[in-house]
Formats: sequence, C-alpha cells, structure tokens
Amino acid sequence: MRVYHFSEQAYPDVWEGHPGTLRVSLPNGRMDPDRAADLLHRYYDEWLLADELGLDIMVNEHHQTATCMSSTCIVALSVLARITKKARLLVLGYPMGHRPDPLRAAEELSTIDVISRGRLDMGFVKGVPYEFACSNQNAVGVMDRFWEAHDFVLKAMTTHDGPFNWESEHFHYRNVNIWPRPYQAPHPPIWSTTASRGTARVLGAKGYVMACLGSGYNSRPIYDAYREGFATLGRGSEPSADRFAYLGLVAVADNEAKARERAVHVASYLRTSPIVAPEFRNPPGYLSPEDNARILKGQTPPRTRTKDGRPISMFDGSIQDLIDAGVLFCGTPDQVYSQIVEFSDYCGGLGHLLMMGQAGAMSHADTVDNLTLFAKEVLPRLKSH
Amino acid sequence: MSRKVEGRISSVRGHRIDVHEVGEGPPLLFLGAGIGNDPGRAAIEILARKFRVIAPSHPGFAGSERPRSITTVDDLSYFYLDLLQEHSLSGAVVVGVSFGGWIASEIAVKSTAHISRLVLADAVGIKIGDRETRDITDVFQITEDNLRKAIFATPAPRVVDYKSMTDAEVLAITQNREALARFAWSPYMHNPKLKDRLHRIAVPTLVLWGAEDGVVSTAYGRAYCAAIPAAAFATIENAGHLAQIDQPEDFARHVLDFTSGALTAKRETTGAA
Repeated sequence: MRVYHFSEQAYPDVWEGHPGTLRVSLPNGRMDPDRAADLLHRYYDEWLLADELGLDIMVNEHHQTATCMSSTCIVALSVLARITKKARLLVLGYPMGHRPDPLRAAEELSTIDVISRGRLDMGFVKGVPYEFACSNQNAVGVMDRFWEAHDFVLKAMTTHDGPFNWESEHFHYRNVNIWPRPYQAPHPPIWSTTASRGTARVLGAKGYVMACLGSGYNSRPIYDAYREGFATLGRGSEPSADRFAYLGLVAVADNEAKARERAVHVASYLRTSPIVAPEFRNPPGYLSPEDNARILKGQTPPRTRTKDGRPISMFDGSIQDLIDAGVLFCGTPDQVYSQIVEFSDYCGGLGHLLMMGQAGAMSHADTVDNLTLFAKEVLPRLKSH
Repeated sequence: MSRKVEGRISSVRGHRIDVHEVGEGPPLLFLGAGIGNDPGRAAIEILARKFRVIAPSHPGFAGSERPRSITTVDDLSYFYLDLLQEHSLSGAVVVGVSFGGWIASEIAVKSTAHISRLVLADAVGIKIGDRETRDITDVFQITEDNLRKAIFATPAPRVVDYKSMTDAEVLAITQNREALARFAWSPYMHNPKLKDRLHRIAVPTLVLWGAEDGVVSTAYGRAYCAAIPAAAFATIENAGHLAQIDQPEDFARHVLDFTSGALTAKRETTGAA
C-alpha cells in the first residue's frame, strides 16, 4: 500500500462566526493575505516533510472557499514538482468539468510530469456541485464534456507526430502538438473518483485507478461495481489492489487520548466542508432528474454507516462514530494500522491510502508529529501488507 | 363551445414532441415558461374558445425528445419554424411566456412567414443592463421559497407539496429544471445578440407584463417593447412573472383583444382563397 499526505490548505481563522457559508459567497475581505502566506508556506513545508518521510503527496483544488486555498492544483503541483524528490504527486482531482480548455490541461500536466521526472498521477474529476456557481460551466452535460476532454488530453499526450486537428462537439483546436510531451509513457497514470456505481463500472472498464472519498463502509459496492466493469473487457484476472484508493482521515499519536484530540482537528474538515449556502448546493444537471425527484419527494440518499450498519452523521457524529464508519483512522500506531487493514480487507484490498494528515486548525507541530509517527510506525507495516 | 382535439401534432421532423392541443380555429402556438408546460392550462382553455391552441413541451423538457443537435435557444427556434412549416400552420398567433418568450423572439427575428401576431409575456432573452447588473433574477441559485415569491404574485401557486404529487409529476419538474439550465445557464437567460435583431420582427406584437414580476422588471419589458417596431406594452395587475397562472382570465383577455384583428384577418384570408 502507498500512502499519500493530503491537506486542503485551509484558511480556518474565519470558520467561527461565519454567515452561513464558507464557500462561494464568503467575501475574501475576511482573509488576511499575510496570514494566508504563512499558512501556505507551512503547508508546503509539511508536504516536503512527507516527501522526506517516504510518503507520497496528494493535492486538489477548490474555488472561492475558506476551506481550501488551493485555487488551482497546477500551482501546488508546480511548486511540489520542483521541491520534492521522491514522492508521487497525485492530483485528485483536476476538475475537468470546470475547465473550459483541455489543451491547457494537457500542456500544464505534461510540463509538471517532466519537471517531476515522471512522478505525476492525473486524477480527473467533474468537480463539486457548488463550484459550477464559480466556474460558470454548465452542470448540464458535464460528463459529456468530461469524457471529450479526457479523450482530447490523452490524444494530445500520446501523439508525437502531430499536429493533429480536433473539431468535436465541445472543443475545437487546429494544431495540437504539445511541448513538452509527458515524461511518463504513454502518459501519467489516470485516476478518478466516484460515488456512483455506474461511473465505477466505466472506470473499471478503462482500468483506471478509482478512489472513494471518505465513504467509509459504504464504499464496498462502489469497488465491486469497478470489478464488474473491469471484467467486461474479457480480462483474465481481477483488478489488482493498486487500482483501488481510499481517502480517509488520519490522527495517530503515541497514546489514544492524544490521538483523539488530534482527530478533532482533522475531523474539522468534515464539519466545515458542507457549509455552503443552500442555493449553491445542487445546480441543475449535476444530479440526474431521477435523483432530484427522489430528493423532492423527501427520499434522502443513504447516509454513512458503520461496519455493522449504524447510520452516522459526518457533520456532527462523534470521533468514535467516524472511526466506526471507516471515515477516520485514529489511535496509537497499532490501532491505526489495525483499522486500516480491517477496512482495506473489507473493501477487497486497497493499494492506495489517501491520508488527510492535516486539516483545519491543526498546528504545524501536531501535523509534523502525525506524519512522522505514521511514516515511522504504520507505513512500513502497510507497505508489506 | 370548443371541441377538444388531443395530440394532433406529435412530432417534428420525426422527433417526438408532447403537445397539449385544444380548441378549433386559427392556430395559436403557446410557448410555455421554463417550469414546464402544465401550469398554464387555465388560460389556455379560455384561448381555446377561439383558437386551435398548440402548447408543446419544448424539446428536452418533460415528454419531448431532444435531438442531440438541439443545445441552444437558437436551435429551439429552428425546431419551431420547422413545426410551423411541417404542420402547415399559417397565420399563427405565437404566444411566448418567459423562456417561451425568448424562443418566440428568436423565431420571429428569423421569419414571420407563418406568423400573424406575436405576444411576448414577461419574456426573457435580451440584455439591457450593464455588465455588472444581472437583469434577470437567477432562478438557478435561489431557494425554492424565494423563487416562488419572485415568480408568483398570488398566494396559491407559491405553495407546492411534492409529497402529494405522483412520481411522474415530480420527475417532470426535475426534468424541466435541467432542460431549462441546458439552454439558459450561460449566457444567463439571454442571447447577447438578440436585442439588435428584434427590429426584424415584422408582425404586430404585444409585450405583456405582470405588474409585480419579480424575475424581470417592467422596465425590462418596456425596453424589450421599445426594440420591436410594431409593439405595444400592457401590464396585468396582481400578476407576477407568470401572469397566465396568477391571472388567467386577464391574461387571456389581453391576448384575445390583441388578436381579434388576427381572427378577422384570418377570415378575410380564407374568404379570399
């Protein structure tokens, strides 16, 4: 198992006393640029430490939010490609549904792959619902655009006798011939993420790495749908564990009480991430008409559950609830190791743990201790699991 | 008394379309608002005493197929020009409400060969304000309560109970919401080029506005009217953005008064032929 350190690079100073939203419409006058600079430098220091400790790195992006200052993953990847040495650099994800220009995606990601000498993993995602209010891309038809952009980026990365022409439904280019081409051949590995069984089957058929994000013990049916998709191409074998990733929160310490204190900070991601004004939460076209009809009829989607089926709330469930649900791995190194292995076995084997090792107001000292203890006491055992 | 004839038109160029069709007489193409076809029926029943009313659910809206090539309001306007031609509707009155008014304008700037009169009721589709002023209330990012308050001036339609509806009725609502966003998400509810094309509308036009429209103001309506050569402006009291729902009788009366000339013209044309 590989383990990636992930932080959303939050600006937590304004989380208290917010006006009902932390995303889209919270005025940026609430932010102090000097404080933001200090935080961002600190978060990069922690990724550097992760690299030195033998962890890999995951970055993402969000828009117009105090929960995540990474407003374009390309900036984070660019910095990390230059300053880190060994870590894989996973972007999960590059929000293709919010991007108007896949040529730029192909150029930027190829350049980062070259600078990092082939350490890029490309996670393509459609983007979160409330950020269609920011990008102004249309959520209606987003998956059509996503797959055309995907096809285009791969062709741009794998065509070496170009230029080629592209005139299709959504994108138009006359001379596609990217310089530099990617370092990895034929292109950096492709990842994606989904909570939908239908999309999981598509990803399985393509053989891409699929991540479930914090869905805990609800995740197994998604991984199984991937396996069904993988089998459709007449492949002789089951997908290997390295096709499966899971994002979980991690709080480890040398004693359980300290770990649980740390967990409160890591879990603050779950407590703040959904705070967005209701009018931005569900743009038309993001969910299917059938799903939206079920919501209007009051049929809410399934909640997160513990291994034994008890529903819990990510927003205000207790630390123990989050541990029981497989959303948070928390405790001493032995406990965390056991929780991760139990969860991975339940899912049928995971090749990648995407570890939220810092969130919210968790201090630098706490983060350093969290990462260091994990890397020294848990990672070696997971690598041989 | 009108005789109901259901479903006379069911396709255009082979594409299935759900049409609420009622009444006999000269054709009246009723292009409904983005919330879908159903709520305007009270006004339509009154209009059907004089007209053959043809009220389609737009392509991509509930019950109507969307050919893959139809992705813009411009495409919708060609679809309806095809409908008028394929089904030999001559001298048609075209009534467009809200989003349907945008479609009606896009049709009329292209051709009025099949159209005798145009009614634009609380129509969207043009840009009148500066770049930092949103002319049209953003129906895609507003809570449902606030949206209903913006749309309706009377209390009854402000209340909706999804749980008492059938699954099919609720699904039609969510399909319509998605379809509207496909066509109107960005540029939001307008075509930046349309205003400069309105001078081409060559038939008498009534621009009809709910006096309490909370989605597009009467000032917007007057600007719309001013850009069309032979257009008159009228308001309906105690009516919001969908006046045909708030005040169906007044709405129908305005349309009937305005089109009485069209009915006469139609008879004259028939007599001469």
